[in-house]
Amino acid sequence: MLPKTAIYTILISLTLILGGIWASDHLSFLPAVASTNAPIYDELFKVLFVIGTILFVGMTALVVYSLIHFRKKPGETGDGLPIEDNLPLEILWTAIPAIVILFVGLYSYDIYERMGGMQTLNHSHNNESEMVHQRLWGGIGSAKQETESLQSIPVLNIELTAMQFAFLFNYPEGEIISGELHVPLGQPVSMRMESKDVIHAFWVPEFRLKQDVIPGQPTILNFTPTKAGRYPIICAELCGPYHGGMRSTVVVEQPEEYQSWFQKNAKQPEIEL
Amino acid sequence: MSFSIQQENTQKEPNLQPTGWFRYFSFSLDHKVIGLQYLVCGFIFYLIGGSLASAIRIELVSPISDFMPREIYNQILTLHGTIMIFLWIVPVVNGAFGNYLIPFYVGARDMAFPRLNAVAFWLIPPAGLMLISSYFINGAAQSGWTAYPPLSITTPAAGQIVWIISVLLLGGSSIFGGINFIATILKLRRPGLKLMQLPMYCWAMLGTSILVVLSTPVLAGTLILLSFDIVAHTGFFNPALGGNVIVYQHLFWFYSHPAVYIMVLPAFGLVSEILPIHSRKPLFGYTTMVYSIMGIVVLGLIVWAHHMFTSGTPPWMRLFFTIATAFIAVPTGIKFFNWVATLWGGRISINSAILFSCGFIVNFVLGGITGVALAQVPFDVHVHDTYFVVAHFHYIVYGGSVFVIFSSIYHWYPKFTGKMLNEKLGKLHFIITFIGFNLCFAPQHWLGLNGMPRRVAEYDPQFALVNQISSIGALLMALSTLPFLFNVIYSAIKGEEAGDNPWQALTPEWLTSSPPPVENWVGEAPLVTKPYGYGEEEHKNDEPTNNELQSL
Repeated sequence: MLPKTAIYTILISLTLILGGIWASDHLSFLPAVASTNAPIYDELFKVLFVIGTILFVGMTALVVYSLIHFRKKPGETGDGLPIEDNLPLEILWTAIPAIVILFVGLYSYDIYERMGGMQTLNHSHNNESEMVHQRLWGGIGSAKQETESLQSIPVLNIELTAMQFAFLFNYPEGEIISGELHVPLGQPVSMRMESKDVIHAFWVPEFRLKQDVIPGQPTILNFTPTKAGRYPIICAELCGPYHGGMRSTVVVEQPEEYQSWFQKNAKQPEIEL
Repeated sequence: MSFSIQQENTQKEPNLQPTGWFRYFSFSLDHKVIGLQYLVCGFIFYLIGGSLASAIRIELVSPISDFMPREIYNQILTLHGTIMIFLWIVPVVNGAFGNYLIPFYVGARDMAFPRLNAVAFWLIPPAGLMLISSYFINGAAQSGWTAYPPLSITTPAAGQIVWIISVLLLGGSSIFGGINFIATILKLRRPGLKLMQLPMYCWAMLGTSILVVLSTPVLAGTLILLSFDIVAHTGFFNPALGGNVIVYQHLFWFYSHPAVYIMVLPAFGLVSEILPIHSRKPLFGYTTMVYSIMGIVVLGLIVWAHHMFTSGTPPWMRLFFTIATAFIAVPTGIKFFNWVATLWGGRISINSAILFSCGFIVNFVLGGITGVALAQVPFDVHVHDTYFVVAHFHYIVYGGSVFVIFSSIYHWYPKFTGKMLNEKLGKLHFIITFIGFNLCFAPQHWLGLNGMPRRVAEYDPQFALVNQISSIGALLMALSTLPFLFNVIYSAIKGEEAGDNPWQALTPEWLTSSPPPVENWVGEAPLVTKPYGYGEEEHKNDEPTNNELQSL
């Protein structure tokens, strides 16, 4: 029969695990999900949140319990037992965190790969020939396109120029320069980013993506928007006095609406009379 | 060439040193005086850095930038970060307690290089004053404590150059201190005292000093190159002249990530001294605690690029730094489990020192958990440079190091002054600090996850309420300083006499008078080979029962 301490330990651990899972399911900690990367990211967040809650609540409970249960009573003068170590216990609490960390690392690698982190970033941009001699760095690569239909959709190439204190989006095909980013729902986007002055960072919380925009070192960011709406684009790297005001908007539109916006703003080809 | 230190050298001139209260304003060579100089000087800078933090939180009460001009806001956040790291936490957890305690712990009468020790301290006040004065001269640096180029090259040069000189002086101070601690611990140990018999704080300081000596020169070199870019228009980091801004980040974080361990490892050591005494139990798992410190030192040197996951790094590099960073949780976790095991089954005195130490454990666990999360590239990519990182970092350095500094002051104040601190005021200080700290920083995790970047004077109005809660927490933290300040001043004058060893401790500093004499002991230093032997005399005849062992 299990000793009483073991039963309590199992019961408390189960309560913590279930509590952590319940909290991650019922409490909202993240903004809307609007890209193919976001739900994958949220899976990782959920796992980290559950493990973190268990650890935090468990350790806090142990400390509080110790302070209450083992506090020196009035008039008490003696010392505790002179126990200095316990090898099996120390091996256990070295091995368990190591296994948990290894699990988290492998799981996060899987998430990273599913978000396209291990993909070569140079391939998807139309300026490929120009970039052969230029090393391109990027954040998360293009999200894994899981369906045949998505794979057949062409990539929309956009160029981002960041400067104190604005983002400018250039659509090479239509020669559009816009202060707002318009993208069609469900179409993969490849954005080549360069800064004119200091380091900026392109961040859309609803996409769960961020990439620094670096002077002298173009970077690339690939994503596929999955939910129509207007989402903030935020500069996340301190870039000067008006850094807090360096914001823009990404407008995720239905493909027809996007085409309409594109046609309206694209430079019309000159017609020779 | 052989290297040896003659302790007798330090004994020749004690009579040349001033005595009385004004020795604390002198160029003293006494390690205890220098330690307290570090502590008081650091605390003054903490009050200045804290005032700047209050200004930041006042600005963030409303979503618009209305309390101060944006340039000033950036100057204040830069000064706040620089002061708190380089003038408060690093000098205090290393310089103050290291200087005061290490010679006692190794059984020496002073540090290995007393003059170098004094120089290390006396670099700090002018560096700090220079840093702050730049605000009044021509505007302080405004590119953040990271001073990333090209921003640090393009903002007004005067403030940035003063910032660089200040940090170089403070880095020099750290290196002098680090060399001195290594020499003292390794070469000035009392004959018969083995390394594995040293109190844990010695190991923590040895590990920290190795980090300081290996990584701080890299920061110094980097900042010198940055100053060339600013003054002489060289192009090391200036992309307009062919420089590379990412190289700066690698070099900067090669120091500045270990800097986190330079701030927390000594705190780990201090907690390891405090918990056994007030729990009346030996430090649990001494050997694994030593190995875990060295594990943290090794891993701490190879994780710097996790600050650069969004900067532009190759995928393999991200994976390597993810794994290396996450694995620091293993040696760190060992320490936390050992501290809880030290408490478990003890006879714990619920006093201010143990409350701040336990507050540290709780806060740091949360900071560590978010640290493991931040080590994961996909997670970091979303929250990097947001308030999530601000919260994580403050849980580590305030919830960790600063809580331990306060715990240590409550613990060693009787040794410093011969007087006890008032416990009621101490507990009031703890309660307000703990509530204020968590109210201030816990909500910031949510802010970061939901879209608030850090270092902004203005933000999306949807975050106003949470920012206001955070600012109320900051106000409580500011208020919490009052009972503490009153306590240390009042108790020094009218406090209860402490006696030599009010905690009945076994570590060597308590085996002399309070405050200790100039050369630490009258006569020979005691040889303490078992600094945590609590309960051994009392329980030497009763073997622990199986049930008691199982309960651990």
